Amino acid sequence: MIRKTDDIIIRTVARILVPFIQIYALYVIMHGHYSPGGGFQGGVILGASIVLLLITHGLVETKKKIPEKAIALFSSMGVFIYAGIGVLCLLLFGNFLDYGKLSVILNIPPAAARAMGILGVEIGVSITVMAVMISIFTSISTAEDHSKYDKEH
Amino acid sequence: MKIVNLILVLCIGGFLIYGTLDMPRWGDPDSPASKHVSPRYIQKTVEETATPNMVTSILADYRGYDTLGETTVIFTAGMACILLLRNSIRKNRND
Repeated sequence: MIRKTDDIIIRTVARILVPFIQIYALYVIMHGHYSPGGGFQGGVILGASIVLLLITHGLVETKKKIPEKAIALFSSMGVFIYAGIGVLCLLLFGNFLDYGKLSVILNIPPAAARAMGILGVEIGVSITVMAVMISIFTSISTAEDHSKYDKEH
Repeated sequence: MKIVNLILVLCIGGFLIYGTLDMPRWGDPDSPASKHVSPRYIQKTVEETATPNMVTSILADYRGYDTLGETTVIFTAGMACILLLRNSIRKNRND
């Protein structure tokens, strides 16, 4: 199990860095239409910011901020958003994942609706990737003595 | 037996190399791959999807099914990790 480090410099620097990493991840996700980036890359950066919090502040403190149930929920929610956008296009008499049909709801031309559909899909991908990165990291790092953690808390 | 295996491997390797001789040259504009759908993507991507980054529009729009599958693969990997590691922990606790 990962414990909180005693080094105040590492803890403070990590704490200062985390919001900037997250802002950069959001930039990578939102700017995927114009530059290299997108859901997978931005999701990994978002996950890395939480992993930084995990290795500097320890498992106990991070679990208080982000409960494991929330991570499990997030990892399925991303796939749900992706498939949900596809089904929404089906309900609007289009093909599965045919974002052009979203123009009816969004009240914009079909090309712009396609751009919006791509953005929605990328957000879904990034949520899943972020949650899966965190859950893989926590389950591997706690595999040895998770029972001890349960007894202590 | 080892000699038979070696001969088999050499034969199959030779056939594979012989097969690559018929492949189009690297980056050939007349190859089937660059003639079929690539020109249409390059010409129509901004018009149809309003997305200047062609990679994003192909990844999430033209090849949306593929990316849905990729996301599901990542989700499945995460779930498999949780299931495998958590199960072993529960067994250890009972011991």
